[in-house]
Amino acid sequence: MAQTELNVPRGSAPDDDSILVRVENVVKHFPVKAGGFISHTVGHVHAVDDVSLVIERGKTLGLVGETGSGKSTLARCVAGLIPVTSGRVLFNGTDITKLSRGQMRPLRREVQMIFQDPYSSLNPRRRVGSIISEPFAIHKTATGAERKRQVQELMERVGLNPEHYNRFPAEFSGGQRQRIGVARALALRPKLIICDEPVSALDVSIQAQVLNLLSDLQQEYGLSYLFIAHDLEVVRHVSDKVAVMYLGRIGEAAPAEDLYDKPRHPYTVALLSAAPAADPDTAAARQRVILVGDVPSPIDPPAGCRFHPRCPKAQEVCSKVEPALVPDNARPQSQDDAGQRAAETSQSATAVPGGWAHVTACHFPVVPGESLAAAGAAKGDVA
Amino acid sequence: MTISNLTEAGFEAQQAAEGQETAGRVEGRTQWQLTWRRLRGDKVSVIALAVIVIMVILAIAAPAFAAITGHGVNTSYPNTGENAYGNPVGPGVNGFFLGTDSTGRDVFVRILYGARISLFVGVVSTAIATVLGVVIGLMAGYFGGFIDTVLARLTDAVLAFPYVILAIALAVVFGPSLTVIMVMVTFFSWAGIARIVRGQTLSIKEKEYIEAARSLGAGPFRIMFLDILPNLLAPVLVIATLLIPNAIVFEATLSFLGLGIQPPTPSWGNMLADASNSYQVAWWYLAFPALFLLITTLAFNLLGDGIRDAMDPRTERLLAARRMRKQRAKARKNATQSGVGPGQAIPDTVNG
Amino acid sequence: MAIFGYVLRRVLTGIVVIWLVSSAAFFLFFARPVNTVARELAGHAATPQVINEVINNLGLNQPIMTQYWHFLNNLVHGNLGYSYFTQEPVDSMLRQDLPPTISLVIGGTILWLIAGFTVGIISATRARSLFDRSANVLVLIGLSMPVFVIGELLIWLVFQPLYSHGLHWIDTGYAGPTSGVGPFFGHMLLPWITLAAVQAAIYTRLSRGQLLDTLGEDYIRTARAKGLPERRVIFRHALRAALTPVVSQLGVDVGQLLGGVVVVEVVFGLGGVGQVSVQAVYQDNLPVIIGFVIIAAAFVVIANILVDLLYAALDPRVRIT
Repeated sequence: MAQTELNVPRGSAPDDDSILVRVENVVKHFPVKAGGFISHTVGHVHAVDDVSLVIERGKTLGLVGETGSGKSTLARCVAGLIPVTSGRVLFNGTDITKLSRGQMRPLRREVQMIFQDPYSSLNPRRRVGSIISEPFAIHKTATGAERKRQVQELMERVGLNPEHYNRFPAEFSGGQRQRIGVARALALRPKLIICDEPVSALDVSIQAQVLNLLSDLQQEYGLSYLFIAHDLEVVRHVSDKVAVMYLGRIGEAAPAEDLYDKPRHPYTVALLSAAPAADPDTAAARQRVILVGDVPSPIDPPAGCRFHPRCPKAQEVCSKVEPALVPDNARPQSQDDAGQRAAETSQSATAVPGGWAHVTACHFPVVPGESLAAAGAAKGDVA
Repeated sequence: MTISNLTEAGFEAQQAAEGQETAGRVEGRTQWQLTWRRLRGDKVSVIALAVIVIMVILAIAAPAFAAITGHGVNTSYPNTGENAYGNPVGPGVNGFFLGTDSTGRDVFVRILYGARISLFVGVVSTAIATVLGVVIGLMAGYFGGFIDTVLARLTDAVLAFPYVILAIALAVVFGPSLTVIMVMVTFFSWAGIARIVRGQTLSIKEKEYIEAARSLGAGPFRIMFLDILPNLLAPVLVIATLLIPNAIVFEATLSFLGLGIQPPTPSWGNMLADASNSYQVAWWYLAFPALFLLITTLAFNLLGDGIRDAMDPRTERLLAARRMRKQRAKARKNATQSGVGPGQAIPDTVNG
Repeated sequence: MAIFGYVLRRVLTGIVVIWLVSSAAFFLFFARPVNTVARELAGHAATPQVINEVINNLGLNQPIMTQYWHFLNNLVHGNLGYSYFTQEPVDSMLRQDLPPTISLVIGGTILWLIAGFTVGIISATRARSLFDRSANVLVLIGLSMPVFVIGELLIWLVFQPLYSHGLHWIDTGYAGPTSGVGPFFGHMLLPWITLAAVQAAIYTRLSRGQLLDTLGEDYIRTARAKGLPERRVIFRHALRAALTPVVSQLGVDVGQLLGGVVVVEVVFGLGGVGQVSVQAVYQDNLPVIIGFVIIAAAFVVIANILVDLLYAALDPRVRIT
């Protein structure tokens, strides 16, 4: 299928050395069970519905979306913490979805996670030194005095006082606890760190510190990040490429600056317009795009484009045909084309956005200069 | 400010808020240290603990007391131990500290030997049951699914099972003995712990640090015993302490019914059974074993309650608030007595 | 009707439980060397001749599964075997001994529930008052005492002095309702108190705790803010939510009650099923014990069904499943 190759960097082969993680058509459905003693499945939560991504070595892929968009689920699929319903996740060429737990274990050293809540991601009954040294203990890479030395080195690297080795998490502030989490993730020198909203629970001034730390570490150790957040400004600061998720699918993906300067997907436009602007004048002059309605339930996603019930630009085709994730120049010119191409790509966003191209999944992407607020007003409330 | 001016709770909150690194000047206290401090301050618990310790010492020293009084535990003393009518003698008579029983044996010495049995059964059975209960509860809670269904139903069945049926059945088949009692007490104790442990495990399992451990590659047993278990120790300790008196009462009841320790070996239970026939002539034979039994179980119950309160941080705030109120009231009284007007500010002296 | 299905399911489960318990008892007792079993069935004073007779009569030499089949067959027909010791069928023996036990259980349960809930509710509504504190002390003592100690103490401190002063109303032994209300209560009062005491203590604590927690909830604050009188707040709003968990606990405790029943019967000489079974242990009288096991299981099952029905009446959510 020609379309799928459009978004791999030109001149590179699929198993390019610069690509660390390939997510291919990953689907994750959670069954909804009902009934008492003998329960049966009555439906599925479509947490992740056919998502393909690429994470390059040493670079950061930002993943943005509302609650319920599936970004956390996707992160856990990439980390191998939950099994996928279908699709592949290739880490350094190895398909981790097929591995048993024993085979997965050595790979765990390469992929680590940092969690959102600094208060519940550390065991309150364990001392900090024990928490950070746990990776060493599990994978048996260092013991005794050597382990302690390495742990204290890590503590220093992330900005903690190594003498606090024996303290409990309760004795640290939120920002410090996140640093502990970072130290723990860093212990085994992984290649990929998945950051699941690592700064969302912190004060703004602390956020900057932690983000700077992550950036420093990336340069020093050549880490790759999958950075998940719902705050666009934060993502903009740290990411090389950004993907926007909505209801289990990718709506738009592009290099960071491209996305922010020239957003195409109406959802992205709405998100950006809602982000608080620092300058009050700019904020006043900005046109807010206010979306109507709530996010639909992932158990029963809308047909066609999932965003169409709330989209100010929605037309009839949007409720019938699922748009493919393609760059602008590959966009079909007419409705019939759209239907045909969609059928060919089997209704799925099989494109692999490396972000070199700016890809959007929309039948009527926003063109520069277009005002969505006006479009929404003109249409009246979108049903 | 110096540390002594702040309450513990306030200090911890302040630490967390400021995120200061006070360079080791302040010692972080573990949960256990805090609990112990609160417990020490609770007079009732301290007394209860003292009583238990005394009882243990008495029990261990039972042979010594037998030697001191010169009365063997199973030996009858028809001459000194019975009066002219062949009835037991009362406390303090003829060197029998607490009197004699229906066959002229020293009640005091027998009580002490009975204490050995009660304490042994109570503590050891509960300890074994705790270990069993924790392991089963952890596995049921963590693994979920089929294992959980089986284990949870088993736990419920044991909890609901009338112990008397099994006691009688086992007594008939195997004959009453210490081993049978210990097996039964253990069998009926583990389920209570397993149920609580399972519940706690289910909720702890969802916490992020467990997910973090899994993402590090930790296996299930490592997570269960190194991550989940330390968070469980507090409630388990409380329940175990409260299970001990249950075990003691269980043993006493079985012995009373004749399904437990057989005479002539003394157990508080079978002594009371014997005493029920002769209380008209020997009230001490009924009263003193009952008293010892009551004091022991009461002590454990009070201690268990005390530990539970000591572990609950809410109690700390309650007690601190109470102290502050008392001090304010006292200060107010002193102020009015010494002529200070009501409008003047009264300094708050807050002692930790 | 949903209720009908609910009850039916419970009854079926109950039958399965009784079957399981009976089978367990059967295998526990009979899956042993033939001679041991025969000796126990024949009783202490049996000669080898009697023992052989027993083996033949009861078919103890047959394969165990055949025996099991006969056992189940007999069970369904209400035949619980024959006590060689007393020379009478077990089921008629037990039927004689049932009335004291039933009187004890019913009276004791009523007393336990009333005392437990009342004291618990009042303690919760007057938290930290003198009543609450004294109730707390009593509860603690009650929790620490074995049932038989309470019974013995009552006999020693209440029955004995009264009796020796000529007041014979309170008496040990059993007198059924047919003997008249006076004697009935006179004989049963102390046993009821003994049986109820420990359980009442437990339930006082439970209901007090539950009610205190519920009274702290926001929707109770709303009710008070609406201006409802306190009594209405408690009875209409708080009680139901507070007590449903306690009721669900009842099912479990009914099983524990049996232990107390046996002890109380022994202490007061009521001659009920429990006491007879304990004596049967001394006499190695196996058929009686098996009969007791089955009856006890049936009792627990029935009580649990009743409690479940009560729970379903209180909590509408339960009826749907």
